[in-house]
Amino acid sequence: MIKKPAQGMTLIVKTITRYTVVLILMFGMYFIMNGHLVHGGCFAGGIIVALSIIHIMLAFGKDVAFKRITERAIKLCIGLGAFSFLLLGIIGFTKGAFLYNFFRKPGVDYIGQPFSLFSSGIMPLMNLAISLTVASGFCAIFLALIVYKPGGGDKNTGRKL
Amino acid sequence: MIQIQVLLVFMIIAAAIAIGTSDLLGAVVSIGAVGLGLAIVFLLLQSPDLAILQLVVEILSLVILIRAVGIKDTVNVRERRFIATSISVILMGLFLVFASLAILEIPKFGNPAMKLSFLYLKDGFRQTGVPNIVSAIMLDYRSFDMLAQIVIAFTAAIGVVVIARKKIYVNKDKK
Repeated sequence: MIKKPAQGMTLIVKTITRYTVVLILMFGMYFIMNGHLVHGGCFAGGIIVALSIIHIMLAFGKDVAFKRITERAIKLCIGLGAFSFLLLGIIGFTKGAFLYNFFRKPGVDYIGQPFSLFSSGIMPLMNLAISLTVASGFCAIFLALIVYKPGGGDKNTGRKL
Repeated sequence: MIQIQVLLVFMIIAAAIAIGTSDLLGAVVSIGAVGLGLAIVFLLLQSPDLAILQLVVEILSLVILIRAVGIKDTVNVRERRFIATSISVILMGLFLVFASLAILEIPKFGNPAMKLSFLYLKDGFRQTGVPNIVSAIMLDYRSFDMLAQIVIAFTAAIGVVVIARKKIYVNKDKK
């Protein structure tokens, strides 16, 4: 729950946002975790998670949003997601090839129990890495529009940079 | 099939309005109408993965575009350039002629050109163990493409943060 809404949009928008943001975040988590079982997948799930944070920024202003996630954490998550995807690929070299599914046993067709949540090797981990990059990347793009002021110019010379 | 053609005509009209209008906010809303029409077209073509992705990306890009319109001042260019307009109309006509010739060579709607896709549909579930065949193709058979998409998303986010930040390093020799 978000308390003491000081600035931002009107009371109706704030009240509805307070109840629906958690549901939107949970829906994105559902897409990410079940990306190999149902429709949706990593890109759509990551963008829905980013939209829930943007929703807080639009309704309550950027000060409330920065109590939940900081700018430094967003910049860390962009690099962490891309690096962990590359690391999963490099670990595949131990079984023979780049981006190889290294949970696979030779001679066995299915990996784990099909239609269950923890199955099919490295694909849930890949979904997690991709969605981390996409979610924090789109948050950073929106944050660049809100926090930074474009065309600020130099104070001494007065010319635009 | 008739629903898709009606939606395509609606999308072409919305795109023409987005070019022709003088209001920047109206142009952004018309672009949103094009994208949401495309999401329904994907849903009618029985590909719910792409429909979900198109719907979500369209909403996010609409929010970012409206935010970007509010920052910049309104630029309205009203010039009549006859020579440039006539040259572009002639080039567009040539493109339409050659495109109509090329459409006859494309295989018919619903017949894939690649014979490899039947192999994916037949053996995909047995080899990967993933029920969602789109996810199986994207993350297992075509994972190098996924690596390139991750590189593109990473570079775009880092580039926007670097370009749009407030503190710009001026050369310190002047002071």
